[in-house]
This record gives sequence, C-alpha cells and structure tokens, in this order.
Amino acid sequence: MSTENTRTLRKLAVVAVAMFGFGFALVPFYKKICEVTGLNDLQKADTVVNTQVDASRTVVLELDANTRNELPWAFRPTERSIKVHPGQLVQITYEVRNDSDEAVTGQAIPSYGPRLAEQYFRKLDCFCFAKQELKPREVRRMPVTFVVHPDLPADVATVTLSYTFFRVEGPAKPAAARTDIGARPAS
Amino acid sequence: MEAVHGHGHEHDHAHYPGGIMRWVTTTNHKDIGTLYLWFSFAMFITGGLLAMGIRLELLQPGMQYWRPEFFNQLTTMHGLIMVFGAIMPAFVGFANWQVPMMIGAPDMAFARMNNFSFWLLPPAALLLVVSFFVPGGATGAGWTLYAPLSVQQGMGMDMAIFAVHIMGASSIMGSINIITTILNMRAPGMTLMKMPLFVWTWLITAYLLIAVMPVLAGAVTMLLTDRHFDTHFFNAAGGGDPVLYQHVFWFFGHPEVYIMILPAFGIVSQVLPAFARKPLFGYSSMVYATASIAILSFIVWAHHMFTVGMPAAGQLFFMYATMLIAVPTGVKVFNWIATMWKGSMTFETPMLFSVGFLFVFTMGGFTGLILAITPVDIQLQDTYYVVAHFHYVLVAGSLFAIFSGIYFWLPKWTGHMYDETLGKIHFWLSIIFFNVTFFVMHFLGLAGMPRRIPDYAEQFADFNMIASIGAFGFGLSQLLFLYVVVKCIKGGEKAPAKPWEGADSLEWTLPSPAPYHSFETPPIVK
Repeated sequence: MSTENTRTLRKLAVVAVAMFGFGFALVPFYKKICEVTGLNDLQKADTVVNTQVDASRTVVLELDANTRNELPWAFRPTERSIKVHPGQLVQITYEVRNDSDEAVTGQAIPSYGPRLAEQYFRKLDCFCFAKQELKPREVRRMPVTFVVHPDLPADVATVTLSYTFFRVEGPAKPAAARTDIGARPAS
Repeated sequence: MEAVHGHGHEHDHAHYPGGIMRWVTTTNHKDIGTLYLWFSFAMFITGGLLAMGIRLELLQPGMQYWRPEFFNQLTTMHGLIMVFGAIMPAFVGFANWQVPMMIGAPDMAFARMNNFSFWLLPPAALLLVVSFFVPGGATGAGWTLYAPLSVQQGMGMDMAIFAVHIMGASSIMGSINIITTILNMRAPGMTLMKMPLFVWTWLITAYLLIAVMPVLAGAVTMLLTDRHFDTHFFNAAGGGDPVLYQHVFWFFGHPEVYIMILPAFGIVSQVLPAFARKPLFGYSSMVYATASIAILSFIVWAHHMFTVGMPAAGQLFFMYATMLIAVPTGVKVFNWIATMWKGSMTFETPMLFSVGFLFVFTMGGFTGLILAITPVDIQLQDTYYVVAHFHYVLVAGSLFAIFSGIYFWLPKWTGHMYDETLGKIHFWLSIIFFNVTFFVMHFLGLAGMPRRIPDYAEQFADFNMIASIGAFGFGLSQLLFLYVVVKCIKGGEKAPAKPWEGADSLEWTLPSPAPYHSFETPPIVK
C-alpha cells in the first residue's frame, strides 16, 4: 500500500512540475500563435484601410474646361482623364492663366455628363466654391477634392466633369457679363 | 516537535499531545480537517470585513471613508482572501474529514504531508493581511493581479505573490494526498462507480488543482521576475506583452472557478438524496457531467478577455465552448430536481441550504450564460452585472453548499445535534440578505455602473444603498452561524450514528462523534 502510494505521489508530482513548466511554455507558444496568425505584431505599424472604397469598380473620369463671355483666360485640367474607384478620395488640379493685362474675376460652373452623375459627386473642396480673381498675367493651379459615392449606378463607367468659367466682373466687355451667375450657390 | 516522533504511528484511541501541540503536530485527518475549516472561517470573517468596508464606502455616492487606493486594496484583498483563504480551504477541510470516512480508509495517504499542507496556509494568510501595513499598502491590482499594474506596485504586491505561491503549494500537496487516498485506499468492494458523489467531485477537483495551480505559480513567478530581475514577460517596451499575463492567468483562472464549485456540487449531491429519502437520480450521468465540466473548463478561458481583442473566430470559439458547459451543468440541475421529485422531503437546515443553493446557483448560472455571449459581454464587462453573476455562483453556490455540508456533518463531527431553529434562522437570514445585496447589482450593472470604483453617479444611489444594507445584514448573520457551531461543539442533544434518515454513505456507519481513528479494519462494501 505504502509503495503504491509513493508511486502515485511521484506520478502526480511529475504532473505538477510539468504544468509549472507548461505555464512558461505558454510564453513562446503565445508569441508563435500571434506570429502565425499575424495578431498583435508589435513591430509592424498599423495601416489604415479605408473600407468604404469599392476597389472592384473603376470609373473613367474625363476632365473638361471651357471659358465663356470672351474671358481672356486659358483654362485647362492638368490631366485629361483619370481612373477612380467609387469611395476613393480624389484630388485633381486645374490650371488657369489670365492672358490680359487687367485684373479679371471669374466664377466656374461645373456640369456633368451624364447629368445624373452630379448627385454622386461629393466635393470637399473646389475652386468653383468661390469667385476667382486673377491679376494681370497671373497663373493659378486650383484643386478639386471629391469622392465619387459608391452608389453611382453600375452602368455608368465614364463620367465627364466639365467646368466653364464665366466673367463675373472686370473691364473687358462688361455688357456681356452675366453677373448674376456669381450669386449662384457653388455646387 | 518531539511529540511527532512518539505518536506518528500510534493506532489506538486518541493519543496526542495536549494543548496547542496537538494541533501543530497532528497528522490525523479529522484534526487537520477541523484546522482547515476553522482557518477558512477566520479568513471568511477577514474577507467579510473587507467586503463591509467596500459596501460602507458604496453606501452613498461621493467619497466618504477611504482613499481610492485603499478601496482598490479592499476589493483586491477581499477577492484573494475569499478565493484562496476561505472557499478553497473550506473544501479541503471537508475532503480531509469526509473522504477517508466515505471510502472506508483509516486516514489520508500521506498524513505528515497533510499536516504540512495545512500549516503552510497561516503564513500565507499572514502575508496577505500584514501587507495592508507595509509602505504602499496591500496590492490594489485586483484579485487577478493583471500586468502591467501588478508589475508597478509596492512590496504589498510581492507579499501577495509569495502568498499565492505558498497557498498554491499547499493546494497541490493537498490534491496529491486526496487523489492518492481515493485511488489507493478505498475499502474492498468500493469500486470507483460506487463512491459517494462528494468523493468523485473531489477526485476531479484535485486533478484540476494539480493541472492549474502550477500554471498560476508560473504566472506570478513571471510577475515577480518582471518586477525584480529585469525580465520582460509582460513589459511591451522589452518585447513582452501584458495580454500574455491574462492568457496565462485565465488558463488557471477558469478551471479555478470549477475547483470552487465542483466540491459544492458533491456536497449538494450528498444532502439532497438524504433529505428526499431517495437515491441520487442519475448517479453515473452526474459523474460524467462533472468530468465533462472539468475537461471543458480548460478550453474556455478567453471568455474573460473578450474586450482585450481577439479575432472573431476566437470569440466565436470561446463563446460556443462556454455555452457548451451549460449542458453538463444542466444535466446536474436536472438530476438534483429529479432526485427531489416525489421524494419524502423534510427541510432541515442542510436541506434548506441545498435547495437554496439550487435556486440561487441556477440564477448565477443563467447570468453566466448571458455573459458568455460575446457582444453582450463587451457591454457588461467590468460592470456590477459581472459582480452579481460571480457572487451568485460563489456565495450562493460554493458558500451555501459549504453551510449545507457543515450542518449536514456537524452531528457526525461533534457528536451533538446543532440547534435546528437557529440553523433555520441562519438560512433564512442568509438567503434573504444575500439576494438583497446581490440581486440589485444586476440592475446596477445593466445601467452601466463599473466595478472596482469607489464612487458612482447619483442615479445609482438607491440600489447601492439597498445592496449595502443587505451586505451588512448578510455579514451580521454569519455571527449567528458561528454561535450555532460553537454551541453545537459545546453540547446539545446527543447525535445518533445516523441522524439523517435517508443518508447512506459509509461515514454514517461510524458512531457520532466519529472516533479519532476510524476504519482501521476496512469495511466491506457490497
């Protein structure tokens, strides 16, 4: 009986010691699990992923620029066409140059083709939000920052974004200027 | 210590040194059981006083009595003392008294080691209590001693770590003793499947203890070396990870909650058949359910950590695994109810506590099921809902079962009947004040009151006052328990060998009080 008890004692003591070791074995085990599963990697910087971007879709954006009312300005986008994903934050740039020797103020009005694309353009910043006053011979680069909303109908694969500058005030041909346009809310 | 050598192998009646040396040198399982139970009661009162301190501060909103640091020490030490000082030693006390008598063994397998495992406990308790008076006070990191807070605190933390080491060693030695006794020293004819269920639950609990107490010892050892020896297990700046501590701790911590409840299941499984005068319904399914709970307890630990961050697959796994435990637990509750079904029931105090256990523990089980649901848990983590849940299973579960067992076996231990009227009053006071204290905490938790905070928003004031009044009542009621037990030890109606009509395990074949040495010649079990 007594030797049998001692044998049981020895076995159980081995289990206890092994479990003490197991506690420490959890340390490398935990590290390995985190490494394999990619959890909790302290060396790696967090990358922010924008889950709103629909990367599976690409919309071609054609950029267009016009002037009216004999505005003596040269107006063009820096790129004619770009590809965007719906939901992606996009910034494009337009360049405008005053070719006259006088200061001229203009206002840009956007239009969209097809028309229905307008409601899916969420502009955060646009030069069309305000009147632009250009000094003689001044050149200005102007940004437009926007998101094309992912709800844009699937059959719209190409959108044309067109800006037209109108003279708001300035010396040349005041009769032709449609000053009321400057009062229109920017879109 | 001289006396030890002279009396180690005496086998006739009651030869032991007088006075205090009897208790210091004893290797008798009944003496050691008594020591464990009194130690546990002293710790229960100590931990209870800390709880009174907590409820005093929470009686009204605003800061009244304690500094916030001291409040944290109160909650931390209340938890540590109740878990490691009160509940666990109480069950080991029961095991010491009952396991040899229930399997027909003369004593525990390793009597000297048994003495040693008890006498490790008072120094550990002393470390915990004295740590309140060292510079910086006791540890306030919560009973879970989470890193990195526990890496930063003063020497009170070191004392808590050593206390946990010592109590862990004591538990492991006690468990080895219990397993060896049960496996090797059963009376002839007592096969494993004939053992009383209390013995079964303790066998399984002892295996759990041997498996997880060393892991806790490892976790606090890592804390200790992080604090003093420049290791970086939990220090992110040194390449460690504080979340690792939580994984290691709860790998111990979840089996630990079953360590605290399985012996309670065992006691209830002895008491209910005795007072329903019917054999336990579904004995073998009870054994298998206990074993399944124990096995499942190893794969659910991360449900304590849903808010720490883990992949959705992990959350789902731990959520479903946790819910799975409700199945064997449900089997047990069903069997207990079926045991009572159409029984000739009488409601003496042990039965009252066991039926009370059944009611209130099941409520705690259900809130546990609710907390297992990951999205709900993320809302309720660290609120009073959790506090209500674990007090329903630990106080109404473990503690009520302990009371039930003490009233049940007190006639066998002392030779006297306890005062039945006072016992019943103790039960009703306990269960009413328990619910007054903890039921309202569900509402506080659902309304968002966080745990471990000394102050709270005004809208929580009414429920907190109710809870505090209940807590004071519950605390005072336990003095009545002390009175009943002391009165029973001092005298009272002479108890027969089998005071309970329906009880049928081996200890009832012995006279009351049980002789100092019992079953020197093993009984034959048919």
